[in-house]
Amino acid sequence: MEPRTLLLRFLRENLGLTGTHSGCETTSCGACTVLLDGKPVKSCTVLAAQADGRKVTTIEGIGSANEMDPIQTAFWEKHGLQCGFCTPGMVMTTFELLEGNPDPDEQQIRAALSGNLCRCTGYVNVVESVRYASKLRRKGTGKVPGERAKKGEPPRPPREIEGM
Amino acid sequence: MNPRPFDYHSPKTVDEALALADRFGTDGKFLAGGQSLIPLMKLRIASPAHVIDLGRIVGLSYTRIDGEILAVGAMTKLRDLANSALVANECPALVQCAMHIADPLVRNMSTIGGNITHADPSNDMPAVMVATGAQLVATSSRGRRPIPAPEFFVDTFTTALRQGELLTEVRIPTGRNRLSAYVKLERQPGDFGVVGVAVVVELGPGDACSSCGIGLSGAGPKVIKAKRAESVLIGKKLDDAEIEKAALTAAEEAEPVGDLRGSSDYKRQMVRIMTIRAIKAAVKGAESV
Repeated sequence: MEPRTLLLRFLRENLGLTGTHSGCETTSCGACTVLLDGKPVKSCTVLAAQADGRKVTTIEGIGSANEMDPIQTAFWEKHGLQCGFCTPGMVMTTFELLEGNPDPDEQQIRAALSGNLCRCTGYVNVVESVRYASKLRRKGTGKVPGERAKKGEPPRPPREIEGM
Repeated sequence: MNPRPFDYHSPKTVDEALALADRFGTDGKFLAGGQSLIPLMKLRIASPAHVIDLGRIVGLSYTRIDGEILAVGAMTKLRDLANSALVANECPALVQCAMHIADPLVRNMSTIGGNITHADPSNDMPAVMVATGAQLVATSSRGRRPIPAPEFFVDTFTTALRQGELLTEVRIPTGRNRLSAYVKLERQPGDFGVVGVAVVVELGPGDACSSCGIGLSGAGPKVIKAKRAESVLIGKKLDDAEIEKAALTAAEEAEPVGDLRGSSDYKRQMVRIMTIRAIKAAVKGAESV
């Protein structure tokens, strides 16, 4: 790996973890958000070398089609996504928000997500999804087995995308 | 784009970092949070042959009281500054400034030292530095020298740091009677500001202003210390009339350049309005204690 490799590229191209997305190339949109030592950062603006020896959490580490994390369940049920391109970034930032603040109000949610841009939703359902996610987490529910698990089929590795 | 190829170095101590800087000279560049440097490298505006990552050096991230000085380590992340109860108590303008830089994701990597040394005229920290009369401590293999804030910011993207010098500490004068605030006009969160104003005032007997510092961000080729506006307030009570006079003077001292965030005239008007708000916010902050 060359020193100039960005963390985003390393995750997607070297590790095959394509859930983290490249949206803008200008450090603006947050579609590339991952957790670095538990804090959400824009992986397009971090060198992979800076992350060496540190803990990186991607969307694949939060949940998957095999079992959705409550945050993913909430975004699904409250229609917090349309094209879904920004959504992994939204989920990663939401994860850290709810870890530190189990019941954020709208102001706090919007402030925490101000680095994650969405061109589809207008953010209203994103905020709703985060509120619902906080409720699911506080109730200890919301981990939803995916379709394959329901049918008793073996889990699928995260990088495969149905139909592509 | 991707950055051009470079050699990467990750020193564990300040001395190691300085030795690398001396070795590579102008081919070397310090990497702090990377939130200004990496975007420039991705655009290939900056292509240093050697990147010296400061991120693994222990002991450059702290906030502490040193007598009458609030000492902040240069690698202190903006997120930690924004959340610091100590800093909120000693210098509200510093917390308010940190909170309004970029967005929360960027603030998880950005450092106060990076924002200061990058010296983009739209960077916010320089305004707080000149308003508070901070000293910026430059460390090299030849020793340390404190540089007063107004001398530190030389020109657009240009500071007084010499080759081989690393900003290690920010030293901000504090005091029980110091009131401060930072206000920023942004078109949207995460954007650079249209303009930003930092105000520090001390009130003496009869609530007359005994000292004053005003820093303007985004209002010229570099941060502006609005000296004439400051002197308007000295010895006066901070009523609406005096605040308006000072704000008008600050607007005259600004040298805004028209760009995508507004015309020169518009920015000058915004300097006036944001200076009024900053002075009032500084004074009001005291009232809410």
